[in-house]
Amino acid sequence: MTTPQILYRDEPAVTDTAIPLAEFTAGTNSAAVRIEPGEDVRALLPLLDQLRLVEVNFPSFGDGRGFSSAQILREAGYKGELRAVGDVLVDQFVFLRRCGFDSFAPNRPLDPDDVKAAEGFFPEFYQKTSDGVAAIWAKRHQVAS
Amino acid sequence: MYQYDQYDQAMVDARVAEFRDQVRRRLDGSLPEEEFRHLRLKNGLYLQLHAYMLRVAIPYGTLNSKQMHMLAHIARKYDKGYGHFTTRQNIQYNWIKLEDAPDILAELATVEMHAIQTSGNCIRNISSDQFAGAAADEIADPRPWAELLRQWSTFHPEFQLLPRKFKIAVIASPSDRAAMRLHDIGIELVKNDAGVLGAKFFAGGGMGRTPMIAPMIREWVPAEELISYAEACLRVYNRHGRRDNKYKARIKILVHEIGADEYRRQVEEEFAHMKTLGLDPPAAELERISAFFRDPPFEQGLSDDIDRSDPDFAVWVDQNTHPHRVPGYTSLTISLKPAGGIPGDATAEQIDLMAELARDYAFDELRVTHAQNIVLAHVRKADLYAIWQKLDDAGLATANLDLIGDMIACPGLDYCSLANARSIPVAQKISERFADTGRQRELGELKLKISGCINACGHHHAGHIGILGVDKKGLENYQLLLGGSGAEDVSLARIVGPGFDEDGIVNAVETVTNVYLGAREPGERFVDTYRRIGMQPFKEALYG
Repeated sequence: MTTPQILYRDEPAVTDTAIPLAEFTAGTNSAAVRIEPGEDVRALLPLLDQLRLVEVNFPSFGDGRGFSSAQILREAGYKGELRAVGDVLVDQFVFLRRCGFDSFAPNRPLDPDDVKAAEGFFPEFYQKTSDGVAAIWAKRHQVAS
Repeated sequence: MYQYDQYDQAMVDARVAEFRDQVRRRLDGSLPEEEFRHLRLKNGLYLQLHAYMLRVAIPYGTLNSKQMHMLAHIARKYDKGYGHFTTRQNIQYNWIKLEDAPDILAELATVEMHAIQTSGNCIRNISSDQFAGAAADEIADPRPWAELLRQWSTFHPEFQLLPRKFKIAVIASPSDRAAMRLHDIGIELVKNDAGVLGAKFFAGGGMGRTPMIAPMIREWVPAEELISYAEACLRVYNRHGRRDNKYKARIKILVHEIGADEYRRQVEEEFAHMKTLGLDPPAAELERISAFFRDPPFEQGLSDDIDRSDPDFAVWVDQNTHPHRVPGYTSLTISLKPAGGIPGDATAEQIDLMAELARDYAFDELRVTHAQNIVLAHVRKADLYAIWQKLDDAGLATANLDLIGDMIACPGLDYCSLANARSIPVAQKISERFADTGRQRELGELKLKISGCINACGHHHAGHIGILGVDKKGLENYQLLLGGSGAEDVSLARIVGPGFDEDGIVNAVETVTNVYLGAREPGERFVDTYRRIGMQPFKEALYG
């Protein structure tokens, strides 16, 4: 079981142990699963109602597949906890948030001051993502995004 | 050209603050080099053999005189008084101190410039046709589309840690002046039967150690779905591109291994999903951007006559100008390839002069070309002589556009920590060997491209003549390649045979040009003759 260092959710962190994807899709009562970089997160889409926690593992920060996994889950309407675990660095923090992560359990705890600074640098963003923040183009043209 | 609004300005200002903080943490030891490395790369800061190198983005190669003056200022204040224009239409400085980098970015931000994503495994500076908005043969100005993609790709959260770097080019003319099909994604703007502009997508091209020509993956992407489609292309790559071997991590390997049809199928599946997410800006956004690229106030009814009484001037005009769509105007290329010079290098004084000429004669606009030259895209023919005199005084009037002297060369072992061999001395020696303009003109269009290692930054695969520097038992050795092209007749060059030492490769280039002169038929360029007669006659002349 991992415990998040940082959580952006109204409810407390899910404490269930996340089980591997293969085990989860084989049939289980568990509500928590862990996704590894090479795994196809779309296997979870028929089972979203059952899930309360998805951990996306970053064995190495340079492997960006977990960003797509998170986006796919959020685009499909997953509302549960989405936890980034592993080699999670403060300098990826904003990007992870924008891809839908709302829970962070890094191997090495992040410096809270650095996290605060990271959150404050960029006031606006060019793209629309699953985080629901209005893209710059939507603000420019006063349209919904 | 494009001008920032408060959102664009806030973005680059934020980046300066963020990077200043990252450098502070690196210098106080709280951020280890292995983590800082990819952060500095995202700001174009490399650690080279002797110092840090900073690569500044010049989106689609377009900039104004104020920005150009800033590049000169940075060369003077933070470097050794010169800069190097690159094959991605950027500029890089070779002698930067880490602690100065945040201040440099802050100065750049005051003129709407940055170094965002000029390196690292992310979407790099979008490149385009240097004659965009001017060329007689274009169907539209590709730069608004490039700007739309620039904004979309800037800090795209899902694509910051791709398997490998990702390069996009956008063109809008049947002549390819941007090596479009040698990009990870190449986009050619086309018009449908109704006269509406759309994008033809190519994916999986690239140079490096495994060169590939991008196959076409979609005939037509409507403007209003451009971002969705690009996003689909990138997501398939981010999820399925190889990460086990960095030399097989570019999208070209993915497309090659699964095949263009399977890649296309996966992208289509993703695209169908993307289209439901509302990722595309409204049409008004492309219109807003396009308004910045409207025609400058061209004078009407100008004469196309040029006083050619000065023979040196006449040669330069013939060689270095390109047809403009408005009568009385031309697009002028300033060659950064003087005989014996370093291809793409310019001093701060030269950069300032080019900025002044742009302000005085070219509607305040300059372009950097992927062949490492500078273009004034809209110049009155009547002003050419005055411009030429000023360029000539500054050593910038070399009349060799697209000739053998107009070569591309990477920085090579003189600067680069990846190189196996030096590129610059080879370029200089060849350039001196063919210094005589008359001799170069006799050889005609000849694209010579030199890389100091297999990573191919000098585009040797795309050279009519390519040179690849390798390490042979501790000695620098150069392989000769023939028959490549990065233009609309795109092809990959092939290695002729065993390599040569530095003087040997210079002689070898001369030998193959002699074979061409002996064998050519009327109207044939070097590469045409090569394609007709094949490798054998060249091989025989070189190796007996």
